[in-house]
Amino acid sequence: MNTHFKTYYPYVSPFDPCKPMVKKTYSTPPNLYLGFQPPNLPQFTPMEALRAGTLWKPLYDPWYSPYEKGKKGVPS
Amino acid sequence: MWIYEKKLQYPVRVSTCNPMLAKFLIEQYGGADGELAAALRYLNQRYTIPDRVIGLLTDIGTEEFAHLEMIATMVYKLTKDATPEQLKTAGLGDHYVDHGKDLFYHNAAGVPFTATYIQAKGDPITDLYEDIAAEEKARATYQWIINMSDDTDLNDALRFLREREIVHSQRFREAVEILKEEQGKKKIF
Amino acid sequence: MKQVPAEYYQLLEQLQVVDFVLVELTLYLDTHNEDLEAIKQFNHHAKERKQIKKQFESQFGPLQQFGNSYSGYPWNWDDSPWPWQV
Ligand SMILES: [Fe+2]
Repeated sequence: MNTHFKTYYPYVSPFDPCKPMVKKTYSTPPNLYLGFQPPNLPQFTPMEALRAGTLWKPLYDPWYSPYEKGKKGVPS
Repeated sequence: MWIYEKKLQYPVRVSTCNPMLAKFLIEQYGGADGELAAALRYLNQRYTIPDRVIGLLTDIGTEEFAHLEMIATMVYKLTKDATPEQLKTAGLGDHYVDHGKDLFYHNAAGVPFTATYIQAKGDPITDLYEDIAAEEKARATYQWIINMSDDTDLNDALRFLREREIVHSQRFREAVEILKEEQGKKKIF
Repeated sequence: MKQVPAEYYQLLEQLQVVDFVLVELTLYLDTHNEDLEAIKQFNHHAKERKQIKKQFESQFGPLQQFGNSYSGYPWNWDDSPWPWQV
């Protein structure tokens, strides 16, 4: 499985006005890696699928706000 | 034709009366990468795309209208009982002056919806690449809205919508693969 | 003020669950029209949704109109609540 995020470290100048965010991340969703979807990929149960927003486990990539506790794994 | 169904695609709950979130959410209602633009883009392209992908454009375009209704529901719930004073502090004073509590097809900055948000180049690959880009842009917009929202119930529905963009993008990518396939060759998975 | 009972939300969710699987399978099959297993699964859920639709409509009125649902008396298609109100 591929990671859903990648990170980079932008240059920090001593003259940057705001407190530097040393590490930055960006999203790399699973559709970048899957290619033409092969048959019989693992599925969520119907109830899990609705909660996840997809039926297909390998396409699941949830996004949480900094205010939420980031919980990964099976959607409830 | 289209048939309306009296239900949302996904249950929308909003836990706090925070009209400011409505101001952000309207981006996905009448903004450049919003659900209205998406629906109109795909349904318009399907008339001239090769037959093999007309069904996909029709179905994703239709689903986008279900998403538009979810966004409208969020905005409606966040503003229906807000006082003019609350709307003013939420930055919705300009909206209230012009539209009262009506929703309107404009973006978060108040710019009205325009057909120029939609591309139609008449070239199947160009159009599908446009669609893939549109899905990724909508995904990113949901990320930024979720990042600014502390409403966990609302974020739950926004997370659903963001995930849908990932799936739509996946299907459009597959549509490109279908159209670029050499003709007369047997398909291998 | 009239409010829908808890059962409305339960049945509605059951319908949303099965319909979501059908949406996902529809988009998948649009690009995979020879996947027999997925088609079988699709038809299975299509049958299941018919039953849930029937049960929901018998208690809470028509989900669709223009003749895609039967009507009660008096005409109950335009009864509240609408989806964004609940
Ligand atoms: Fe989409």
